[in-house]
Parts: sequence; C-alpha cells; structure tokens
Amino acid sequence: MTTGTILIALLALAVVGYFLGRGRAVASAGGDVRRLHSLPRFYGLNVALTTLIPALAVLAVGLLALPIWTDLRVGAAIGPSLAGGDAGRQSLLIAQADRLAEGLEGADANVAAIAALDDGALAGAFADAGIAVREGTDPSILRAALARVGTQETGSWMLVLLVGLAGVVGALVALRASGPAFRARNAVERAILGVLILASTIAIVTTAGIVLSMLFETINFLRAYPAADFFFGTVWNPRFSGDSQLGLLPLLWGTMYVSLVALIVAVPVGLLAAIYMSEYAGPRVRAVAKPLLEILAGIPTIVYGLFALVTVGPLLRDWFAQPLGLGNSASSVMTAGLVMGVMLIPFVSSLSDDVINAVPQSMRDGSLGLGATKSETIRQVVVPAALPGIVGSILLAASRAIGETMIVVLGAGAAAQMDLNPFEAMTTITVKIVSQLVGDNDFNSPETLVAFALGLTLFVMTLALNVLALWIVRRYREQYE
Amino acid sequence: MSDIAASPPAAGEGRKTSLLRETDRVRKRNAAERRFELYGMAAVGIGLLALAFLLLSILGNGLSSFRQTFVDVPVALDPVAIEEAEASVVKTSRYRDIIEGAFVSALEARGLLEGIDPEEAAGIISEEAPAQFRDYVRANPEAVGRPGEFTFLVNGRIDGFFKGRVTFESAELDGNVTPAQLRLAERLAGAGLIDTRFNWAFFTAPDASGQRPEAAGLGVAILGSAYMMLVVLFLALPIGVAASIYLEEFAPRNRFTDIIEVNISNLAAVPSIVFGILGLAIFINFAGLPQSAPIVGGLVLTLMTLPTIIIATRSALKAVPPSIRDAALGVGASKLQSVFHHVLPLAAPGILTGTILGLAQALGETAPLLLIGMVAFVGEYPDAPPEGLFDPATALPVQVYNWTQKADPAFVERASGAIIVLLAFLVVMNAIAILLRRRFERRW
Repeated sequence: MTTGTILIALLALAVVGYFLGRGRAVASAGGDVRRLHSLPRFYGLNVALTTLIPALAVLAVGLLALPIWTDLRVGAAIGPSLAGGDAGRQSLLIAQADRLAEGLEGADANVAAIAALDDGALAGAFADAGIAVREGTDPSILRAALARVGTQETGSWMLVLLVGLAGVVGALVALRASGPAFRARNAVERAILGVLILASTIAIVTTAGIVLSMLFETINFLRAYPAADFFFGTVWNPRFSGDSQLGLLPLLWGTMYVSLVALIVAVPVGLLAAIYMSEYAGPRVRAVAKPLLEILAGIPTIVYGLFALVTVGPLLRDWFAQPLGLGNSASSVMTAGLVMGVMLIPFVSSLSDDVINAVPQSMRDGSLGLGATKSETIRQVVVPAALPGIVGSILLAASRAIGETMIVVLGAGAAAQMDLNPFEAMTTITVKIVSQLVGDNDFNSPETLVAFALGLTLFVMTLALNVLALWIVRRYREQYE
Repeated sequence: MSDIAASPPAAGEGRKTSLLRETDRVRKRNAAERRFELYGMAAVGIGLLALAFLLLSILGNGLSSFRQTFVDVPVALDPVAIEEAEASVVKTSRYRDIIEGAFVSALEARGLLEGIDPEEAAGIISEEAPAQFRDYVRANPEAVGRPGEFTFLVNGRIDGFFKGRVTFESAELDGNVTPAQLRLAERLAGAGLIDTRFNWAFFTAPDASGQRPEAAGLGVAILGSAYMMLVVLFLALPIGVAASIYLEEFAPRNRFTDIIEVNISNLAAVPSIVFGILGLAIFINFAGLPQSAPIVGGLVLTLMTLPTIIIATRSALKAVPPSIRDAALGVGASKLQSVFHHVLPLAAPGILTGTILGLAQALGETAPLLLIGMVAFVGEYPDAPPEGLFDPATALPVQVYNWTQKADPAFVERASGAIIVLLAFLVVMNAIAILLRRRFERRW
C-alpha cells in the first residue's frame, strides 16, 4: 500500500467522520440546532480533524522510522564480522544486499518461504526466483536481502494498521464527545491555530536544516582533510584519485575580487541614481526610470550569466584584454564583476532611495536656508545623515555578490588562482560548490564533502553581512522616527 | 599685527560683490551643482543602457531560434526497405540510408547534384531525420507502399548558414560542413526545396544530443518548470499564508516569535545555492527522493519562495484596517472567524500579487536546481502529475545553462531563445501581478 493510498483512505475516513459527527451532534440536541454550543459543522469538523491529525502524525513518524528500522535489521543480518570492521566494505555489502532485495521485490518471490530455508539452500532458492547471485556470496548477505524485503513488508502493514487505528480511535473519541455541551468551535479553532503555528515554524526548521546538513558533512570533511590545510591552503587542486589539495584561499580571493569589481560598478552608479531619483528627478522621470531600473533586479541571474558568457566576455577580451596584452580569456574577473555590478545596481539604489527619502525635510531646508546649493546639501547633509542606511544597503549588495552563482559560473571561469590581473580567469566559492556537487562522485570522498564546507563558509559569510547590515539599517531607522 | 592691518582693504573688496553678479566662487559652486546633477543622470542612464544592451543582446542572439530551416524530400515508402530496416539492429541507420537514397535521387532528377559527392550532399539532412521518419512510419502503417513528401530538419550548420552564423569562410575551417554543401543548400533554397519557417518544435521537442542542435527543444524544460511551479504554488501559498496569519494576527510578542521573524528575514537573504545544498543533503540523500525530479526542485524552491510570500502576505494583512476586525469581533465572531471571513478576503489581492512575484522569482532560479541533478540530459517527457513529479525533468533556466556548456555554437542561439521564452513567462507573470494590484488594490 503506497503512501498515497493511505492518505486517500484517511481523507475518506475523515469525510465519513464529518457527516457522522454532524449528524450525532444534531441528534443529541433532538434536532434543535439552537441547543448546541456551536454550529453543527464544527462538530463535523472536529471529528474530521481528530481523525486526521493523530493519524497523519503516526504516518509521518512511521515513514521516518521505517527505513531506519530496515537498515538496522539489514545491518544486523550481515553482522560486523563479515566486513571486519571496515566501514567502506560494510556499505558495499549492504549495497549488494539492497540490489538482491530489489530483485526479490521485482520477482514477486515468496519471501517467507525462502527465509524458512537453511543457509545452504538459499542461493538455489534465489536462483529459482530468477535472481542472479554471484558465486560465493555469503549466505548472510542473502539473509540481509530477505530481511530487508521482509521488514519492509511487515513494516508497511504495521504502519497501515497503526495509522488506521489512530484515525478510528480519534474519530470515536471525538464522536463520543459530540453533544450539546461540547464546545466544538473552540476545539476546532485550537486545532487550526496549531496548524498556523506549525506553518510558521517552518522557517526555523529550514534554517536548522541548512545549518545541520552542512555542519555534519563539514565535520565529516574535516575528519578526512586537515582543517588548517582547508582554511589556509593556497592551492586548489582536487583530484579524484585522491591526494587532493583543497585550499580555500584561492576561492576566497576570487570571490572577493569579483565582488569588489561588482561593488565598484554598482555602488557609485546605484548611489548616484538613488540621489538623482529622490532629489532631482521629477515625478514623471521617477515613475518611468525607477521601475525600469528595478527590472534589473527581477531578471534571473542565468540571463546575466549568458550575457556575460556570450556578449560581455568576448567584448572585453577583444577590445581590452588582448590589445592591452592582459590576457586571452573571455571569462575573467572583469567580465563577471561588471555584469554582476549591473545586477546589483537596483539593490543599492532602491534601498538607498528609501533611506535618503527617510532623511527629514527639515535638515535639507536648514542647509538650503544657509545658502548651500542643492548638491552641497546632498553631499554635506543628506548623505552623511543617511550614511548608516547606505552602508547597510552596500553590505546587503556585497552579501548578494558573494553568494551569486550563475554569473560567476558562466562568466568568471574555473581556474583557481590568486592573481591581481582582473582580465585573468579566476574562480569563486560558489563555482566550486557547483563543480564539486554536479555529476556522479563518490559522496563520501573529501572532494565532494568539501562542497559542504564551502557552503557553510559561504553561509556564515553572507549571514554575518546580512545581520550586520540589518542591524545598521534598523538602528538608523530608529534615529529619525 | 600686520594681519589685522591688512584686513580692512579685504573687507572693502568684499563689499564690491553683488548677489546679481557671479563671482568666481559662485560660478564654481554652480558648475559643481550642474556637474552633480549630470552625474546623477549619467548613473540612471548607465543603468538603463545596461538594461537595454542586455535585452538587445539576448534578443539579437536568440530570436533566430524561433525559426528553423527545413528541407523537403520526397521519399517512397518502400515496404521491403522498411521491413528490412525494422529487422536490423541499428534501425535508424537503415532508415537514414532510405532517406539519403531518396534525397540523392531527387536531387539527381532535378539536376542539382553537380559538383558535389552524393554522400556529402546527403549530409545536409539532420541526424534527427531518421528517427522522425521512423516515428511517422510506425504511426501511419497504412502509408507504407505509397510515395510520400517529407519535411526534414537540415543539419545545424546549414541552418546556421541561412541565419548568417556559418559562412563559406568558416565552413573552410569547419570539419562538420563543407563549402560544397553550402553551395548545394543555396541551390536548393533557390529551387524552393529548402526554406526557413517558424519552429514549433523549439517549444515542444525534448532536448537533443550535442550533435543535433537543430532538434533541441524546450518541451521537457517547460513541463518541468510548470511542475515545479505547481509544487511551489500548492505548498508555499498555504504554508506562507498560514505562517503570516499566525505572525500578524495571533502571535504574542515573545522570544519565540522573535526567533521566527529573524529567521524569515535571514532566509530571504541566504544565497540560493545554499538551498541547493540543503535539497541535496535533506531531500535526496536523507529522504531518498529521486534526483532530477520536479518534486525535489519544487520543495527547494518552496523553501526559497516562502520568505517572499510571507513578507508580502504580512504587509497585505497589515494594510487591512483594524476597524474591520473590530466590527467582526463586535458582532460575535471569534478571532479566527474575523480573520478568515473578513481580513483574509480583503487581503487576498495583495497575497496573490506577492505569490505571483514569488513564483516568478522561483521560475528563474538556477543554482539550487543544478545541485539536485536537474542538469542531467532528459530526452523523455515526464508523466502527468502526480506521478510525473517524480520523473526526471529539467527546468527552463537549467536548460539554458545546459546549452551553454555544449561545444556547438548553434546551442548559444538555442540558449538565448530559451531565455526569451523564460523572460516572456516572467513578463506575463509580472503583468498579471501589476494588473491585480491596479484592479483590486484598496486604499482605506
């Protein structure tokens, strides 16, 4: 029985429960609805919810527990002696048992009958069922395969039984309570409020999931690879034969360099655009230019990436890098940085626009009244007053730049090097996360696990920038409120 | 002392100035003022120019992908040859022989085959043609035995020739096409056998291998993206609205709600690739969901879209005036009823607008999908949902990335074309959001 069928059955049970509960409540009031505490539909809903919620909880727990239980049974059937305590060999044996178990399921074999045979006859029974067993396979592997299939079968039946039991018991309890004195509406509303609270905790669960998933794999990585070599290594040279050099510094350098170029483009342009929009532009220009600039923020980054790869990269190479003798690469720090800078313009400008608008008019009036020109007022009064907010918006833009992936994947290149020449191809943390995790690699090798360490580094860096930026912006906002 | 003595004449000099006469200093200050305004205009101009340049470059590269070059070939559906081909191990290569034979004899009959070797001439037909031919034969068994007129794709290089990407000079250096083939194509176009027309297959066909850029289409990618948007809509909208209602209407101000709020604002700023790592670690490695499946992509994008939807929903809820709630409570509604019966319907346009914008953002997201295996080559359409959600598929932005990784320059055109399709979807979604806002936004 699949999960989908169980769900449909539960829903059907809940619908039946709804009508039973409603009917029972009305009957208990002798047909006079006014004698009930709540409207009849609340009694129905109460029964439906008490059917669904415990049963769904049981289902969720069961679905999580079943694979763990199965793995335990399989591990126990193989036993530690066969692998001789070698974790790699153990996982190979388990994988072998899994394949056999898949075969058993596909062949529709009578598992209970095969399991009753003694070790010597097992291989023969497998062959009879049409499953190829390699010569000399230890019978405990076969036992493990049988255990997997058997556990899954019994487990799923037990799950169906438990879920059904939970649903029926819930429905019965709620049905019994459905009388005139029962406050059905309050019960239903409590349940709905519970669902609302549950939904709002998903943000916490996601953050926890992000941190934990990366933390565990990072710890695994740092067990296989020395932490000092990772954080302070200056060479990035992964080799799938092993013996890789996985130094963070070249990637960090590339990330910082690209981000710096992007900010050099985005900060002056964005800031001046924000100043022009809020201080000089008339309402008509503003109404046209502001949404147009914000389109830049809504364009997917893959579009910028393609733009960098196809247009900007070759342009920079043919017009700047080659004539100046600075390099022959179309993908370079400059390419990625320029394009990313364009992407960041609206991030800087719209946030700065907000903070500039929040500067009280009286400060401008004071400065203008003393005879300062408009630009002097802006440079000497408005911008200093808005500075914390502007710094916050620049920090947010920097955090975007560090975490940006597609532009650098397509525009910056893949060569991990520490060079000062901006027309040279360099690589970033995000590029390497993609290249280490895309494709079929051995998941437990340090070459793959390093991606999680890189991800955690990235997460910590952007988080720190964001928290700092939000703190600055919030503190500034309070100042003028 | 001498300083003081010197100062009176200076003061006398100052008296000569007038507000009506510009001094050097005022002139400088006014020039600085004009310059500053110019800087501002230049900054806005740079931003708009960059936008225009970006869009023009994409359009210029990609518009040609909506048109494709086809060649008309009369092929007699000889039952013996077809039976032989079906019996053979490499069926498409036998079908190719049939097509090539028919093509060459058609050229000979028209006298177009001069100066070119027959095999070379047949090379201008796409590698995709045999499969197309075989599909037709299998779908229409009654047509066997009759003469037929077929329209096949031409080779990507020949297509490029008609679109200006391939020239006689570049063909000299290219191992995949010869100048003689280009001349033949020119003659065929003159004879009306080759022409370029609108390319529906670009929107419906699945991806094709690196040797057949002319056959590559967006069908699977559009389906995959649509499936993911479905998942996002069905998960992110209810969860986001539920969370916003709790936080905006019910939550007491305490430690717990503070933590939730900080989390939501931080999640909105987490780099998208980190969500990809989360999806790989939790949904694929831990929960055992299949790689490349729209369900996993949808789940990851749901988590990414949630903050956007929550922020939009909360501001929509906030915009509903308290008097509405008070009135509902006053006539005896419970707090929950006042929210669900009165506040939520009034906030619905704002919520919907935010949701569409969140979906638009999710539609363009690429990086997390790379990590959950959506870069794989998928040649078959996924089934209808819900089972199809677990079938391998790609997504529009990932398809763009895929095509940029191919060697053949014809794929650059395809990638730009795919981006035009993606941008068209985004424009439509944003237009709907703006319309909704204009139509239903209520100022209290």
